[in-house]
Amino acid sequence: MKKLAFILLLCPFFRNDLVAQEKEIDTTNYIPMKEIIVIGDKGAVSQKTVKSLATVDEYLDRSSKISMIKRGAYAWEPMINGMATERTVITIDGMRIFSACTDKMDPVTSYVEISNLSEASISSGQEGAEYGATIGGAVNMELHKTGFTESGWNIGLSSGLESNGEQKIAGAKLDYAEDSFFLNTDFMYRDAENYYAGGNQEVQYSRFTKYNFSAVSGLRLSEHQTLQGSLIFDKATDVGYPALPMDVSSAEAVITSLKYEHHKPLDYIDHWETKIYFNSIEHIMDDSQRPDVPIRMDMPGWSDTYGFYSKINTSLKGHEIKVNLNSFYNKSLAEMTMFPNDPNEKEMFMFTWPDVRTFYTGIFMEDRIRLNDYLHLNLSGSLGSQTNRVESKPGLQSLRIFYPEMAEKNQRVLAAASSKLQLQKKHFSYTLGIGYGERAPSVSEGYGFYLFNSFDGFDYIGKPRLSNERSVELNTSVGFTKKRWSIKASGSYFHINNYILGKPDAALSPMTIGANGVKVYEQLEYASLFNTHLSLDFLIDQHWNFNGKAIYNLGRDHNNENLPLVQPFTYYSALQFQKGFFSAEAAVEGALKQSDFSEEFGENETPAYAVVNLSASQILYLNQQKMTIKVGAENLFDTYYSTFSDWNNIPRRGRNLFVNLNYVVF
Amino acid sequence: MKLFKYISLLLVAAVASCSTDSEDLKPVNETEGLLKIQTIENETHEAELYSESGGLQTGYNKMVLRLRNKSTREFVQDAEIEWNPMMHMETKQHSAPKSKVSKIPGTNTLFEGYIVFQMPENDTEFWHLSLNYSLDGKDYSMEDNISVPASKKRRIAVFQGTDDVKYILALVEPTNPKIATNNISAALFRMENMESFPVVNNYRILIDPRMPGMDNHSSPNNVPLIQSEAGELYKGKLNLTMSGYWKINLQVENPEGEVVKGEKVEGTTEASSIFFELEF
Repeated sequence: MKKLAFILLLCPFFRNDLVAQEKEIDTTNYIPMKEIIVIGDKGAVSQKTVKSLATVDEYLDRSSKISMIKRGAYAWEPMINGMATERTVITIDGMRIFSACTDKMDPVTSYVEISNLSEASISSGQEGAEYGATIGGAVNMELHKTGFTESGWNIGLSSGLESNGEQKIAGAKLDYAEDSFFLNTDFMYRDAENYYAGGNQEVQYSRFTKYNFSAVSGLRLSEHQTLQGSLIFDKATDVGYPALPMDVSSAEAVITSLKYEHHKPLDYIDHWETKIYFNSIEHIMDDSQRPDVPIRMDMPGWSDTYGFYSKINTSLKGHEIKVNLNSFYNKSLAEMTMFPNDPNEKEMFMFTWPDVRTFYTGIFMEDRIRLNDYLHLNLSGSLGSQTNRVESKPGLQSLRIFYPEMAEKNQRVLAAASSKLQLQKKHFSYTLGIGYGERAPSVSEGYGFYLFNSFDGFDYIGKPRLSNERSVELNTSVGFTKKRWSIKASGSYFHINNYILGKPDAALSPMTIGANGVKVYEQLEYASLFNTHLSLDFLIDQHWNFNGKAIYNLGRDHNNENLPLVQPFTYYSALQFQKGFFSAEAAVEGALKQSDFSEEFGENETPAYAVVNLSASQILYLNQQKMTIKVGAENLFDTYYSTFSDWNNIPRRGRNLFVNLNYVVF
Repeated sequence: MKLFKYISLLLVAAVASCSTDSEDLKPVNETEGLLKIQTIENETHEAELYSESGGLQTGYNKMVLRLRNKSTREFVQDAEIEWNPMMHMETKQHSAPKSKVSKIPGTNTLFEGYIVFQMPENDTEFWHLSLNYSLDGKDYSMEDNISVPASKKRRIAVFQGTDDVKYILALVEPTNPKIATNNISAALFRMENMESFPVVNNYRILIDPRMPGMDNHSSPNNVPLIQSEAGELYKGKLNLTMSGYWKINLQVENPEGEVVKGEKVEGTTEASSIFFELEF
């Protein structure tokens, strides 16, 4: 197994676009900064996608910048450059959305479906600061829109089956577009039972059901003005989290927006776009499916966000300028009710998020300067103001047990700046970037009240007076491209001052039965994260392709102790064949053992693993109707393994056979 | 000028009408918010006993009282009142810690005080309350049985200290506990004899709130109870991190810093031998 992995790894790599397509932004030598992951089965890319009906999580997991924290089969939490939700910004078409679960069971990415999305663009570090303050980077998921084209009616159906976990997938889309109007609607349904780890071991509480509906519609107001509205409704039910002590009976999101676009509103402005949006999440966490718990509890959470952005783009003599003014108001509330085993006792209740209101307003500016034919300089900066206020009086009073002097309101200024130099000459390209960014503590870090972390077994208490986390970032990349070759190495280094991390406080008594203790969010003097990535692509001949990538990250605190959830050496390589309407792929992915782990966070050494995946795809035309069939086997040898980012070392899926069908009716 | 006169007239009229409105006082119901426990009477007067709940229970009981002249139906505005509770047990009888009865400032007819009932009534044992008062230089008295059932949750600790003194510790506040930092107050007495229970001064009462249903979860930053001056209640801070059933474990410390009763909750000691209970 390992041998095969190594052979594949050592072989020349080739074009990476089977997993991540880099989008051409312009035809000059400009190197796109963002990694784009094309999602779903749309357009020409579809054939190249191994498993077109994969989940959004599986699509994102293919990016070398992203790794997913997995607490089960559903709702994985993306980390960018090894940094999770609180240090990153995840947006849907520029809309800020905040999870409603105190235990991170519902990352923003869990409220969309591949049928809604056209692509996800991944920005590393301060390049992702456009929609809000970030340290690790940003992912903006773009909704699928046909736009104002003359394509008329378009109906598609898709269906999939997976052997492991019996996942059943059904989807439908109905698009209509003309020059002055379009309407895109789609529906997707997934239903999965418990999955089995390698060796046919059932992973209890790993089932889920999800429904997703979305509609986007546009109206042309004039030659240069358009109006677009969008709606996503997402509902997941009976979601199991095998790595956690609780499950989710219902997670529901409504995400809406209205956008006004104006091309050339003024001579010197190319494009002006303004969007107002609202989204509301209700997340019901409970343990009703668990037969044996020390105490029954319900932990519902709610998150409502209102926001807008307004941005202009313009090009002036070698400058491409973008200005984005954006603002949001979020309300996060979560509570816990415990039902005592003694029926004569009253229910126990607390606010775990005390109705925290966050109001952010910021401005982002970016200038891409073309210095000469080879050299580009990118400058960006942002300045924002963030206010947090605890609205619930009982919630405030409960936090004042820990912080008697705590103010109801907390205001802070968040600044960021970055610059990046790009040189492209002949076959070589180089980039060198430096950035500075700040972020405010998350709701949990600032105001969380006895939030149980099942990884280290500690209850976490927020600290309202944390300072901003401040990151200085360096990044560089070297690429070489020849006719059939492409190789790229990149690295980034983050030096994060005031790094926020929970630290045990022995004086405090845990609330959760059986917990190891209580951690309070504190700030380390600094922590550093180092990420490296190497990718190689090789075009063997017109039918055969080879590609591969390797990632290695390192994260240490100021005492040179390991940070949690840091990716060990991980590799991926694939051999692809394509002829006509047929394509096939054999891939190996694996990791070396995770020897740099954080004991304090409850981690242990994750052993090395390698898994093999096979897939094939065929396009058929039946009476002018296009049908794509994809079949494959994931984890072919049914290996039992878990990765560094599997919460509590829950095992990954064993062998899984899948069939995906996409059928374009007309 | 005419207009000015007209306006002045209007203004005067308005002011006059306002002032007549505000002078139209309704009779003040001084017992509003209180519920009557019972009425005790003799030939000349009747005494109405009130509390917030309309009843009495073991532990600290704050009571409000007013006297009415039976023939005139007028409430007494000024009197010297004393009360004496007595527990009639099968073999003996004893009194209870109590305060003086004093006029509530700012009221015309109300008197107040507290009694700490150490034990509840039962089928054969009962509490009896006698009131002695003097009005216009004349002494009167009245008495009756009163009902003192056991409180639902423990609000009193009666114990013998390591110094062989018999103590009575009663919870006063919080009466309405919250998920917050609560003011906690308690009254500490010693039993001098069956009749006399003086306040104990300069002690310290350590508290350790716990939730037995939650693996004995505790809260941080609790402040022990101390007196601001002799004779006063003991006051401290009690932190309750959630609603539900709490056991407030107690340790009573004398001025020398010696614990006369109560154990620290640690290791295998899950509770102190003296405690209060709260549930909300």
